[in-house]
Amino acid sequence: MTGAQKSAPAILPSRGSADRLTTLFWRHPNVLLITLLVLPLGWLGIIYLGSLAALLIQSFYSIDHFSGMIVREFTLRTYLELFLPANMDIILRTVAMAAIVTLSSVVVAFPIAYFAARYARGKWKALFYLGVMLPLWSSYLVKVYAWKLILAREGIVTWASDMIGASAVLNAVLALPVIGGTSLSTSYIGTWMVFLYVWLPYMILPMQAALERVPNSMLEASADLGAGSWRTFRSVIFPLALPGIIAGSIFTFSLTLGDYIIPQIIGSSRLFIGQAVYSHQGTAGNIPLAAAFAVVPIVIMVIYLTIARRKGAFDAL
Amino acid sequence: MRSDRAPLMLKIAAAAGLLFLHVPILLIFLYAFTTDERTYQFPPPGLTGQWFEVAWNRADIWPPLYLSLKVASISTLLALTLGTLCAAAMARSKFFGRDQISLLVVLPIALPGIITGMSLRSAFSVFDIPFSTWTIVLGHATFCIVIVFNNSVARFRRLSGSIVEASMDLGANGFQTFRYVVLPNLGSALLAGGMLAFALSFDEVIVTTFTAGQQSTLPIWMLNELVRPRQRPVTNVVAIVVFAATFVPILLAYYLTRGGSETAGGGK
Repeated sequence: MTGAQKSAPAILPSRGSADRLTTLFWRHPNVLLITLLVLPLGWLGIIYLGSLAALLIQSFYSIDHFSGMIVREFTLRTYLELFLPANMDIILRTVAMAAIVTLSSVVVAFPIAYFAARYARGKWKALFYLGVMLPLWSSYLVKVYAWKLILAREGIVTWASDMIGASAVLNAVLALPVIGGTSLSTSYIGTWMVFLYVWLPYMILPMQAALERVPNSMLEASADLGAGSWRTFRSVIFPLALPGIIAGSIFTFSLTLGDYIIPQIIGSSRLFIGQAVYSHQGTAGNIPLAAAFAVVPIVIMVIYLTIARRKGAFDAL
Repeated sequence: MRSDRAPLMLKIAAAAGLLFLHVPILLIFLYAFTTDERTYQFPPPGLTGQWFEVAWNRADIWPPLYLSLKVASISTLLALTLGTLCAAAMARSKFFGRDQISLLVVLPIALPGIITGMSLRSAFSVFDIPFSTWTIVLGHATFCIVIVFNNSVARFRRLSGSIVEASMDLGANGFQTFRYVVLPNLGSALLAGGMLAFALSFDEVIVTTFTAGQQSTLPIWMLNELVRPRQRPVTNVVAIVVFAATFVPILLAYYLTRGGSETAGGGK
């Protein structure tokens, strides 16, 4: 064993550039940090932030309505166009829909989140987790398409209401002003249901995370002090779950504000912000107005996030 | 208040909620077999398996499928590289601007897709960049980075610092340590992140409509069929394919990262 006798020196000689780089990184950790970050930050900084900047710049341009060309000069005219009654309608309609979708998703999500956080154990816990995660991840378009099938005039809802003799109820609902329509798939009710369905998992997950942190002892204490289940819910569970609910509402609110596929496929023909953005940038070629419309959800979300932050929603994320 | 058993009402509400999340998808499968190609009549007047063959022979489906696969593969590779680099830097060290960087990574997926899409569209217009496969990839890779980042940063944090030190003590340089010690430990997290990123990219439609121009990915093809349908059950067949292409990766990713502190998918 001659090799063993030649014992290795305590400090190995450098074996090439890889070793030299290792030494450099070891002595100057910041060099390593910068080397690691330069590509991802370059990508996100240039492509993403650069694009956001381009969006802002475009929103301060305007379009020449005669030639259809973009006038590359600073102006506030495009933003003023947002205040035209027709455009204000679009903005208010979208915000109202986002608010209703958010509130209703809180109601539907709560039992699922509460059951999963408090009662589900072992196999059931995994089942609930996958049960929420799979719809969250499955194809967005497939989910929207599924609702087109369900809500269509000749679809399963009409069939089911005929079976149980409730078609009069369905017709009465469809006859309602504003929210009704010729069928569920061409009414606001339909749009609302699909939004609720598609964004529901985004509400369940943070809510469940918040509820899992509510200690059992607190519920027992509440019961010991004589509170019934409703009182316990109102005074203990709900306030403790609130940061999670707000965290979830950030998703449901923001996603509804920006969506344009759902109201295009299912709903009345009246526009939402997303559709306005899409149609202005498309055939109309009015990129400045489309950009200004896209800034609206950003502004609303910044206001929303500021309020949410004060309520401590970010601790629950 | 009994704490060990759930009240009946709660059980019913939770079960109803879960059913609400799952039943609609099943209908997609049923309608792929209907004999009625003009309406969404329920119950279907008859059942047939012919639409799978019809879909296979439709020439307009294949190019979008290839484009989607191509875009998703390139975007996933880019996101894997960029996301892992970023995670490696962010996992342990604390430095100035760290919070801002994590915000920047999350932003493309936290803001509605329409903003990401419209931003890219504005940039292409400002710089007169023509639409191509690469304009689609730019958008997809950007929002896929966060998926890979979330998966690998959690694994980096769990990775004990002492095994890296042991490797260095035994004479390995930084690259050898990465190749033989860090990478095998990251493996399943990267696989999970990569599959999720692939699923997300394969299925993405909102950003894509702004960055594709006249090109058609499979989701854009589907969207066009939803607006102007012809042979509706064929759309269902394609929907099943798209559904499987996103369903299988998420299930695999779940099993790959199960038991750890990170469970895949939480970051979408």
